[in-house]
Amino acid sequence: MSRTSEAQRPLSPHLQIYKPTVTMVMSILHRITGAALFFGTLLVVALLVAMAAGPNAYGTVQAIYGSIPGKLVLFGYTWALFHHMLGGVRHLIWDTGAMFDRQGRTSLGWATLVGSAGLTLLVWALVLMR
Amino acid sequence: MHSEKKSIRTPIARVRGLGAAKSGTGHFWLQRLTAVSNIPLTLAMVVIVVMLAKLDYAGARALVANPLVGILLIAFLVSALVHMRLGMQIIIEDYVHEEGMKIVLILLNTFFAVLMGLASIYAILRIGFGG
Ligand code: HEM
Repeated sequence: MSRTSEAQRPLSPHLQIYKPTVTMVMSILHRITGAALFFGTLLVVALLVAMAAGPNAYGTVQAIYGSIPGKLVLFGYTWALFHHMLGGVRHLIWDTGAMFDRQGRTSLGWATLVGSAGLTLLVWALVLMR
Repeated sequence: MHSEKKSIRTPIARVRGLGAAKSGTGHFWLQRLTAVSNIPLTLAMVVIVVMLAKLDYAGARALVANPLVGILLIAFLVSALVHMRLGMQIIIEDYVHEEGMKIVLILLNTFFAVLMGLASIYAILRIGFGG
C-alpha cells in the first residue's frame, strides 16, 4: 500500500475501544487458528514421512508426539482444527446470507466454542482409551 | 483527478489485475471450495490418526497402505494445503505492506505448501507401493 499523503484527520477508533463480543473474539480466533493450522500441517506430514523412512524414524516421532510437551501441542492442534472447522462452517452459513442477524451471530459463536471443546475432548478420550 | 490525463484506456482496463491478489474472485472461490472439501477430509484424517495412535509400526504402515486410507490422506493434504496457502496469503497481504517483503513471504508461503504436499504424497505412495 502506498501512503500518498498524511491526512490531518482524526483516526477512527480502533479495536480496544469496543466492548468485545463473541463475534469479534471468534473472528480473531478463526485467523489465529488458521495460522496455527498452517504450521500444524507439519505434524501430519512429519508422521507420514517418518513412517515411510522406517521404524527408527517412526519411533522417534512417536516418542516426541507421546511426550508431555508433544501431547500438549497435539491437543492444541486438535482444538485449533475443530475450532477452525466449525468457525469455517459458520462462515459458509453466512456466505448463504443466513444467520447474519445479532442473534444468529451470537448463537453461532457460542456453538463454535462449545462444539470445538466437545469434539476435542471426544477425540482425546478415544486416543487415551486403551 | 489524474484520470483527466489523455488516454483511450477505459477506467476498468486501467485497474484490471491490480487488486491485492492480482486475480479477482478466483482466490475467494477456491478458498470456499477447499473449505467445503476440508470438512469431510479433516474428519477422515482425524479418524485415521486416532487409529494410527493405537497401532505399532507394521500395523500403522498397513493402515496407510490401504488404498482408501491413502487416497483420503492425499485428498486431505491437497485440499488443506491449497486452502492454507490461500489463507496465509490473505494474512500476509493484510499485515505486510512493504512490497519486497510481501513478495518474499508470498513466495515462501507457496514453496512451503508445495514442499509439504510433495513430501507427504511421496511418503504415502511409497508406503502404498510397499517401498
Ligand atoms: C476443516 C475444515 C475447514 C473449514 C470449513 C475452513 C474454512 C475456512 C474459511 C471459510 C476461511 C475464510 C475465512 C474468512 O473469509 O475470513 C478460512 C480461512 C483460513 N483457513 Fe480454513 N478451513 C478449514 C480447514 C483449514 C485447515 C486444515 C487449515 C490449515 C492447514 C486452514 C487454514 C486457513 C487459513 C490460514 C485461513 C486464513 C485465515 C484468515 O484469513 O483470517 N483451514 N478457512
